[in-house]
Amino acid sequence: MAEIRVQNLRKEFGSFVAVQDSNFVVNDGEFFVMLGPSGCGKTTTLRMIAGLELPTGGRILLGGEEVTMLRARERDIAFVFQLFALYPHMNVRKNMGFPLLAQGMPKAEIRQRVEETARLLRIDHLLDRPVSGLAGGDRQRVALGRAIVRRPKCFLMDEPLGTLDAEFRDLMVHELREMHNRIHATTVYVTHDQLEAMSMADKIAVMNHGAIEQFGTPKEIYDHPASMFVADFIGSPPMNFLKFGGSLQKGAKEIVVQGASVVVPEIREDFALADFALGVRPEHIRFDDASKLRGSIYGTEYLGTTQIVAVETADGMLKARVAADLPLRMGEPVGLSFNAQRLSLFEKASGRAILTGARDNMGGAAHG
Amino acid sequence: MSAAAHSVVEPSTTSKRAAATLVIVYALISMIPLFWIFATSFKTPPDSIAYPPKIVFTPSIEGYCNLFTTRTRQTPEYINSLPPATSFCDETTRKRNMVIAGPSNFLPRFVNSLIIAFGSTFCAVFLGTLAAYGFSRFRVPLADDLLFFILSTRFMPPIAVAIPIYLMYRELGLSDTALGMILLYTAVNVSLAVWLLKGFIDEIPREYEEAAMIDGYTRLQAFRKVVLPQATTGIAATAIFCLIFAWNEYAFASLLTSGTAQTAPPFIPTIIGEGGQDWPAVAAGTTVFLVPILVFTILLRKQLLRGITFGAVRK
Repeated sequence: MAEIRVQNLRKEFGSFVAVQDSNFVVNDGEFFVMLGPSGCGKTTTLRMIAGLELPTGGRILLGGEEVTMLRARERDIAFVFQLFALYPHMNVRKNMGFPLLAQGMPKAEIRQRVEETARLLRIDHLLDRPVSGLAGGDRQRVALGRAIVRRPKCFLMDEPLGTLDAEFRDLMVHELREMHNRIHATTVYVTHDQLEAMSMADKIAVMNHGAIEQFGTPKEIYDHPASMFVADFIGSPPMNFLKFGGSLQKGAKEIVVQGASVVVPEIREDFALADFALGVRPEHIRFDDASKLRGSIYGTEYLGTTQIVAVETADGMLKARVAADLPLRMGEPVGLSFNAQRLSLFEKASGRAILTGARDNMGGAAHG
Repeated sequence: MSAAAHSVVEPSTTSKRAAATLVIVYALISMIPLFWIFATSFKTPPDSIAYPPKIVFTPSIEGYCNLFTTRTRQTPEYINSLPPATSFCDETTRKRNMVIAGPSNFLPRFVNSLIIAFGSTFCAVFLGTLAAYGFSRFRVPLADDLLFFILSTRFMPPIAVAIPIYLMYRELGLSDTALGMILLYTAVNVSLAVWLLKGFIDEIPREYEEAAMIDGYTRLQAFRKVVLPQATTGIAATAIFCLIFAWNEYAFASLLTSGTAQTAPPFIPTIIGEGGQDWPAVAAGTTVFLVPILVFTILLRKQLLRGITFGAVRK
């Protein structure tokens, strides 16, 4: 197992920049997820780490060793494809033994290794079956088995759960993470599904238009999104944005939104007159009749333990997550107040997060 | 992949029956000439030209005797002086006041056909597979133009270039050689092979080779161990199309071959000239000529059926 270090990695297809100057480090044994909408460059980055695509610029180091221009087979990595790419003309055993055969391992040893791995993945009863008849989850396990059996430096996975049913997906998310906890293999996992990312990752890189918008733990990314894009991409429903204008001074702890003053984490930057956005997660909105910030109930979505309430305000629709048993009527006017320490502020033009005191108590008990 | 996604409305029994009847009637009509040739090959020469045509007749293998032998006319006295006939062929020949002089040229011509057709099919499919793989997987500069150029070699009927090819072959010493015919049929078939096989290889997801290359194989090994086994359907279908063309080709064969490298198609009509209108021998030649294609097609029928649907039913 090894750490992966990506430096100024860049990929151009003609005039289209697929990946622009990416930098990140995946520590040894970490489960790293690249998350982003389709076309954001996450798969291209993964394919460059694998050696299936050669970068236009930058460097890739595997375990401290430069592999930027090496062929895929010289990198000692394993790749799990979206459609699994199980060789259809071989049975499960042959599929799993195929990478070992390439290394010239003796037959008996291959047999032993394959069986050992199959037991680990609980697919030993499938070994002599053809791969074409396997169910989605079992195909997934065989693909995983073919990756694990080699004990490579790292695992690369390209949306491996993308084609599974929702039900199966939850199960496989759990299995994948459990597998990772057992073998601690450095893993790079690409997905567009924020739930997969949040539930499995040690570190997440959120990508958009070929650039990494934010790199951090799931918690950092959820609580302190670095940009409006990240804030909007992560969370379901996503973060609400309330527009406000004016200038911001360092040290200020209050802003004015729609004529109502709102307490926010201490601002740490000066801004001249500009447009800003106040970012509020749905679960940080409370109904408070004393608040000057007003809206009316537009609709509710009952989710069992909570309900998502759409509130119409002068500035558009907000979504709040409140207790399911709170009685609400359509059209009822409500006042809104926010959990002050959990608010984010963004500069509207660049979408960048404004430095505030919210990060001060990161990791504190308050966030537990 | 779920079967439901492909489900269509099941046709009614009546329309299925109507379709089956249509297919059977069409098949029977198409079979008549083949049946007639087959029947004629087992008639005696008088039966073969009888009018009205004989549907019921006593079968005879005289046609096959005449196909494989050359005969000379002799006087009845000479024939009577010979030792008793040792085979059926001897006997029938003598009844017509002839004796067998030796083997005919049919067998060597047939062997020529086998060598040339299978040789050129192998070359066309081999080159076609590699070229199709290249076009399918790599960014070939001007790929579209090159593919169009390859296809354009089929735009005109091959015989349109017969004269220049004839002259070139004479200069190069390729006239009437098996090598020359193999080269020619390969050149004609390779365009078909490239286009057909490109379609099949495009259908094989790249991920398979990529997986193999990550698993530690070179591209060539990945091609051999992963792509080729999955392309067998396409290769078989392409091989049959190429073989049928090369096997049946008449125009170039009659123009460019005359002796040692002559193939069966230009030879079979010449049988008719040897001692009267020997239709049973011609029919026998045609029947024997059909056998290799029939065998090859039956052997590969599964692949061919799947191949003709062009990967539409690929799982």
